[in-house]
Amino acid sequence: MILQALIFYLFAFVAVGAGVMVIVARNPVHSVLFLILTFFNAAGLFVLMGAEFLAMLLVVVYVGAVAVLFLFVVMMLEIDFIRLREGFLQYMPVGGLLGLVLLAELVVVIGGYFMAPAVAGTHGALAAASAPVVGDITNTEALGRLLYTEYVYIFQAAGLVLLVAMVGAIVLTLRHREVRRQRISDQVSRRPGETVELVKVPTGSGV
Amino acid sequence: MLQIGLGHYLTVAAILFTLGLFGIFLNRKNVIIILMSIELMLLAVNINLVAFSTHLQDMAGQVFAMFVLTVAAAEAAVGLAILVVYHRNRGSIEVEDINMMKG
Repeated sequence: MILQALIFYLFAFVAVGAGVMVIVARNPVHSVLFLILTFFNAAGLFVLMGAEFLAMLLVVVYVGAVAVLFLFVVMMLEIDFIRLREGFLQYMPVGGLLGLVLLAELVVVIGGYFMAPAVAGTHGALAAASAPVVGDITNTEALGRLLYTEYVYIFQAAGLVLLVAMVGAIVLTLRHREVRRQRISDQVSRRPGETVELVKVPTGSGV
Repeated sequence: MLQIGLGHYLTVAAILFTLGLFGIFLNRKNVIIILMSIELMLLAVNINLVAFSTHLQDMAGQVFAMFVLTVAAAEAAVGLAILVVYHRNRGSIEVEDINMMKG
């Protein structure tokens, strides 16, 4: 139990600290790297909650794809990051105020949830390995059983969303360069009259 | 304190969500950091979903966390593509410069 608490606090504090660094780091490359650290620690929290499949998904999709995409874009664009930092302190008061208001609201909501458990339902401790499954199947299997039966249409819609995003990203960034391509319609529609020229050369005078 | 319950996870998620919102206001000029802040907020939402899924012993929360993940990935891809095209056209990614469509 103590070990679980220690691991939870480790993951939670590193995640929050890295989250702070994401928004205050001077260099956006560092921001992306801290974002990766946050995702890793969130994946650790997911494992603690018994959602192993989502944890692995987080590592594969976010760290493997999205964060690398961010890194590529940050390094590809030549941006004067110093100039982008101007006005950093100017937005601090209003941003801090809004953040504090939101945090206070969230604390009130969560506190209310635990002050009056009768209203919100009973609350117990999250066991370390209490995967929300029936019987003794693994988390991945339970997720798969649910995903391919009850949520199959939403699953297909998610695939469609990804397809549209992929096509959209390609269409947006595609650059039409001057490339000589084969045009089959032009080749088929050529006639001998417009391509072959018969020249009558007089003997001895050359072309 | 040593008994890790739902509240602990909800608190971490709330702090991460607030950090994401704070980051949007703090880095008003840099679109890349704003996109990263949105990712942070979506991550906080996912932590909430999974925590409640475990708490209520209901797998639907994890299924929805997966869909949130999908949409977040699509959003990041399209957002970064727009950013690249914008930088190619204007040579800057400052939010203040994005006023071409202003009437």
